[in-house]
Amino acid sequence: MNVNSNSYTYLFSVVMVVLVAVMLSVAALSLKPAQDANIELEKKQEILKSLGVDVSREEAGEAFDEYIKEQIVLKGGQPVASPEVAAFAISMADAVAKPSDEREVPLFIAERDGQTFYIIPVRGKGLWGPIWGYVSIASDGYTVTGATFGHKGETPGLGAEISTPVFTDQFPGKKLAENGQFQGIAVRKGDASGDHQVDGISGGTITSVGVENMLNDCLKPYIAYLLTRNAAEVPAQPATNDTLISSL
Amino acid sequence: MELVNLFIRSIFIENMIFAFFLGMCSYLAVSKTVKTALGLGVAVTFTLLVTVPVNFLVDTKLLQPGALAWLDPSLADYDLSFLSFIIFIAVVAAIVQLLEMIVERFSPSLYNALGIFLPLIAVNCSILGAALFVQERGYKTLAEATVFGVGSGVGWALAIVALAAIRERLKYSHVPAPLRGLGITFIITGLMGMAFMSFMGIKI
Amino acid sequence: MSQATQTEPKEALFSKKNVKLLSDPLNGSNPVTVQVLGICSSLAITVKLEPAIVMGVSVLVVTAFSNLITSMMRNFIPNRIRIIVQLVVVAALVIVVDQILKAYVYDVSKQLSVFVGLIITNCILMGRIEAFALANTPWKSFLDGIGNGAGYAAVLIIVAFFRELLGSGQLYGYQVVPESWYLHNGGWYSNNGMMLLPPMALIVLAVLIWVQRAKFRQLIED
Repeated sequence: MNVNSNSYTYLFSVVMVVLVAVMLSVAALSLKPAQDANIELEKKQEILKSLGVDVSREEAGEAFDEYIKEQIVLKGGQPVASPEVAAFAISMADAVAKPSDEREVPLFIAERDGQTFYIIPVRGKGLWGPIWGYVSIASDGYTVTGATFGHKGETPGLGAEISTPVFTDQFPGKKLAENGQFQGIAVRKGDASGDHQVDGISGGTITSVGVENMLNDCLKPYIAYLLTRNAAEVPAQPATNDTLISSL
Repeated sequence: MELVNLFIRSIFIENMIFAFFLGMCSYLAVSKTVKTALGLGVAVTFTLLVTVPVNFLVDTKLLQPGALAWLDPSLADYDLSFLSFIIFIAVVAAIVQLLEMIVERFSPSLYNALGIFLPLIAVNCSILGAALFVQERGYKTLAEATVFGVGSGVGWALAIVALAAIRERLKYSHVPAPLRGLGITFIITGLMGMAFMSFMGIKI
Repeated sequence: MSQATQTEPKEALFSKKNVKLLSDPLNGSNPVTVQVLGICSSLAITVKLEPAIVMGVSVLVVTAFSNLITSMMRNFIPNRIRIIVQLVVVAALVIVVDQILKAYVYDVSKQLSVFVGLIITNCILMGRIEAFALANTPWKSFLDGIGNGAGYAAVLIIVAFFRELLGSGQLYGYQVVPESWYLHNGGWYSNNGMMLLPPMALIVLAVLIWVQRAKFRQLIED
């Protein structure tokens, strides 16, 4: 058999391509459920974390069903009655590519210790790649009670610090509205005492600005809805800041 | 404006060599004289200019989840993204081979200048790396992908030419014996990387 | 006499020569520091130990099996498409490794991001296949692959060790520098943030090469 003949070369390539294709497809298909489960559980875990519920990834599925009472889809600040995709399955990556009032975005409504919390997914661009997170908001519709952030590949020790408690612990108590109007949170180096600012990451300026833009871009459409929803449902006695934080 | 920004960023801030160490093998091997370094730099830029957009199209039209929907709506459920590594590298290898043939056929003088570098390029990490970064960072348009590809190439070329120029002068200095060659080259690259980091934060 | 020529003495699985295949890359002929192979994908993930170890193990698995597989096929590969065949073998293995990482060590696989894919163009793989696996028996090639993969992993881990220790005061994610030493706790110590940035990986590696070449003086270039 001549190893270098044309027909042998073709035969060899065909056999190799078929073998490799079969092997890879089998590997990809058999591992796909485990990968998808990882992604889904991680999402549930992140959502719960913004609520202040820390669970391991294995327990996330059960805890999610326990705390999250309602999932709705909003478009342009209004609930969508029959959304195309279920709230949990919405890809924020696709959503944020559209203009803000054309997005269909999910809102998770959670109940913890008798209090209602709204959990909003956010997504934007960091220095090296996408960053995302979840912000939980008190029943008054504008006071932040918790936030978590994730990132694809920010610089470890610098931009990557956004996912550590050092950064996220600044968020509870910050306010997303002033006199019934949306106002974003500035993420800048330095003073962080105001209601609308947190301290950025030193050496991670671009990531910090990315977080700021992400929050403004993604939270704005919700706040109007949450404020009106809140006005309709709980007219009296908005919970004060202090009680909310101590309840965490 | 977004594109200019991306271009500047991919040359200076997210430089393939200084920020990600991609394409280091040929970077170290071919940086002894400025002339050959320039040749390789141009060849890499050219290859990136061609392969990055092609890989972007392959990714968005064939591999991504639901990417096949343009052929037939019933194909929308397929997700071939697990094949991306092997397809990308095959595309790169094929294009490099094609480029070599085309350049040889139509411009022998260019072939003489770049030809010897082309086979080196197929396994240059920065080429595959650029394709993977485009996928990873989710660039949305062909223009973005192309600009990123060219920018990365120019950044790479800049790095290798600068290193070659320094290494030419280095012959006249007394480097501790164990550091000679590879060691001092790493240190120089590290120092150049620090200098390039001062571009961080530039936004146009 | 005649017996010896008829039957070649069968080499033991771990004969001296075979053990040398394993241990050489760890000392005198390390693929990264001496042969200048495969630094491309190696340094960007050496900020912390955990991803560096996972990356090292992934490369080790891919070098070992790509060497083994190409060596088993070496007499059947048509010469003209040799490089492509090698690339396909390597790429297929890397895809499998990537899928496994995504399924079982999801957190680390996120940190490694594109760098797992870049194992394909890691020069160690093609270098060892071309230089060794195509001319040697499968078992020897397998050992050579493990040796070189381990040599590469060792460099990654050493660089990551220093960068994580000096850069964030931790090892494998655990705090090793006492909290009370830090300036903000009234101490005298501060992490060297520079260590976390890309250029320091090169400088740490350069120091490593310096130490190695000072020890093995025959490696010095002129």
